[in-house]
Amino acid sequence: MTDQRFPHRHLLGIQGLGPQEITAILDLADGYVDQNRSVDKRKNLLRGRTLVNLFFENSTRTRTSFELAGKRLGADVINMQTQASSVAKGETLIDTAMTLNAMHLDALVVRHPDSGAVKLLSEKVNCAVINGGDGSHEHPTQALLDALTIRRHKGRLAGLTVAICGDVVHSRVARSNIYLLNTMGAQVRLIGPKTLMPAAVDRMGVDVYHDMRKGLDGVDVVMMLRIQNERMKGNFIPSIREYFHFFGLDREKLAMAKPDAVIMHPGPMNRGVEIDSDVADDVERSLIREQVEMGVAVRMACLDLLTRNIPNQVAV
Amino acid sequence: MSKPAPAGLVAYVNARLLDPASGLDRPGALLTNGETIADVGPGLFQGGVPAGIEVVDCGGHCLAPGLIDMRVQLREPGEEHKETLRSAGEAAVAGGVTAMVCLPNTDPVIDEVATVEFVARRARKIGLAKVYPYAAATKGLEGKELAEMGFLMEAGALAFTDGVKAIGDSQTMRRALSYAATFGALIVQHPEDPSLASGGAMNAGELATRMGLSGIPAAAEAIMLERDMRLVAMTGGRYHAAHVSTADGVAIIRKAKAAGLPVTCDTAPPYFALNELAVKDYRTFAKLSPPLRSEDDRRAVVEGLKDGTIDAIASDHAPQDADSKRQPFAQAEFGGVGLETLLPITLELVHDGHLGLLDALRRVTSGPADILGLAGGRLKVGAAADLVLFDPARGWKIEPDRFRSKSKNSPFDARPVQGLVLRTIVDGRTVFRRDV
Repeated sequence: MTDQRFPHRHLLGIQGLGPQEITAILDLADGYVDQNRSVDKRKNLLRGRTLVNLFFENSTRTRTSFELAGKRLGADVINMQTQASSVAKGETLIDTAMTLNAMHLDALVVRHPDSGAVKLLSEKVNCAVINGGDGSHEHPTQALLDALTIRRHKGRLAGLTVAICGDVVHSRVARSNIYLLNTMGAQVRLIGPKTLMPAAVDRMGVDVYHDMRKGLDGVDVVMMLRIQNERMKGNFIPSIREYFHFFGLDREKLAMAKPDAVIMHPGPMNRGVEIDSDVADDVERSLIREQVEMGVAVRMACLDLLTRNIPNQVAV
Repeated sequence: MSKPAPAGLVAYVNARLLDPASGLDRPGALLTNGETIADVGPGLFQGGVPAGIEVVDCGGHCLAPGLIDMRVQLREPGEEHKETLRSAGEAAVAGGVTAMVCLPNTDPVIDEVATVEFVARRARKIGLAKVYPYAAATKGLEGKELAEMGFLMEAGALAFTDGVKAIGDSQTMRRALSYAATFGALIVQHPEDPSLASGGAMNAGELATRMGLSGIPAAAEAIMLERDMRLVAMTGGRYHAAHVSTADGVAIIRKAKAAGLPVTCDTAPPYFALNELAVKDYRTFAKLSPPLRSEDDRRAVVEGLKDGTIDAIASDHAPQDADSKRQPFAQAEFGGVGLETLLPITLELVHDGHLGLLDALRRVTSGPADILGLAGGRLKVGAAADLVLFDPARGWKIEPDRFRSKSKNSPFDARPVQGLVLRTIVDGRTVFRRDV
């Protein structure tokens, strides 16, 4: 019944996945990249299945990516965009789960502003749940698409040195990437002002740098994180211009990385805040557009693997 | 006034050389070449000074590194009627101070690169004591948003502080320490809980009660220091407590140092030379911030100096014009001038047998230099020739009317002291000379 390549009911995070499981997703996704590049992008693997994208936070690219992934596998896809109520969140969330159960879903993608909310929901629903990003906790499909992008360019993950730069403290992307890259044998460096580093982050198997030039020295991959403007008002960092001066990726700082180092960003970018347009648009170095393409393939692979674990017959 | 041309070779002979950093206390000579120290030692010029070298006979007096005063309010820009960079510079060199570190509480506040550069440029032009600015830790000293510490450091800010205001909000202090640590920068705190100090005019206790003045409890200092020690432990940020004034404050720093925290502190002469009785008769010149404390606190500060808990002595120079001080006690401004009395009051610790001469001088030379990462404060070949020549035994009476400082608000008015500055040298140039 359960597919041995990925023996899990949900994909809630990278933490807890082993290298074989991550490799299985990436291998499968590689095949979907080819499918997505062909004229007939459609497969009927999920025909009759229902996928709901339940987003409690604004999102365009992740939701679109999951929507495309579901449709290309032949599923019926419904998008539900809603706001997380600030009061009685737990209660609302569980009520939502009860409603969804009554609709007989097969797969549910959830994004929520609170860490742990997706796990809570997954405990109450009958379908497979994919974490589309929960608070500052995890964003597993982002880490997987980043890994696929890197692997296709560098041929491997093990032994690479990857710098993750910027607002680590608020970033679910950073956390998922740290877990994944460590599991796959890459070296992770975190770069940013100390105010944007979470407490005891060095316990997560990373090296922390506060000087970007030193941190980028000899790295294979430069992953920039999005800085949210509301963090820029003097609480975590004094100003955008100071942040860009010390921690924005520009040609000069990039020159410290290996000559063939690639640049990544989960999007949407703040040009002139964390990244200079000059490097963001460099076709030789920047993989930012390719990350979006890999996103669809990775999400198809995740839906494919998880739905293999769902029974085809309804238990009576 | 343009800077005079740098001197050539000058030999300072017949001196008692005092260098706290190396422990040197020997008769000898020192040679300057232009702006730097070219040679120094007990054996120098024993066979006489070669021709062509200007000779200064030190008359057996003490030749030491120029004083580094790590806490000075300059009042320029904004309050030039109280003090200017020039008047402070003249007061400094008359007091043997060759470098001042100024607080950012000017108008405008030193929280922008342009203000840092203004102060540095003006001081260079005046050419008296060197001036190094602290920059604001938070924008406008408001204790809310972090200042651009990275840019300010690149512009020459030595460390970050909100000046005479404590960074009271714990989250802001945490972020300030954390952000400063990103650049290896130091945060200097005025350790006083703002809400406990609010409205207070003097030390809380019996005397305040008898005088009918509202008090600032000693606990205001202890509470802020205790909190800050926890934030230092949490962030790993470097921290310096200014003008520690209480027994509890000294004990907290002592314990933090023993625990290995990156913490230093200074005190100011009033806190080891005076106690709260100085404000009797509502003497507003003795209204200081923090307030003069009890005799037990004063003794604990002396103990802190003796055992090395207190790393530095700063003048805490706070010029106030007569109108600001000639007020009912509660209305009068806080602060006292101190540039011209820093050395003799510090030497009281020596004359009273609390500290050796080198140990006392360390707190006003290499002590502050080490805290702030300054190269000066040492008699070292190749270092800037910033020197003071003084007679440690010479008695005189403090007469504020004769101060070079524009403001005369000294808490040490009419105090007989020992230790007189005879000559002050900055970058090899004699910028002050007193003929006695």
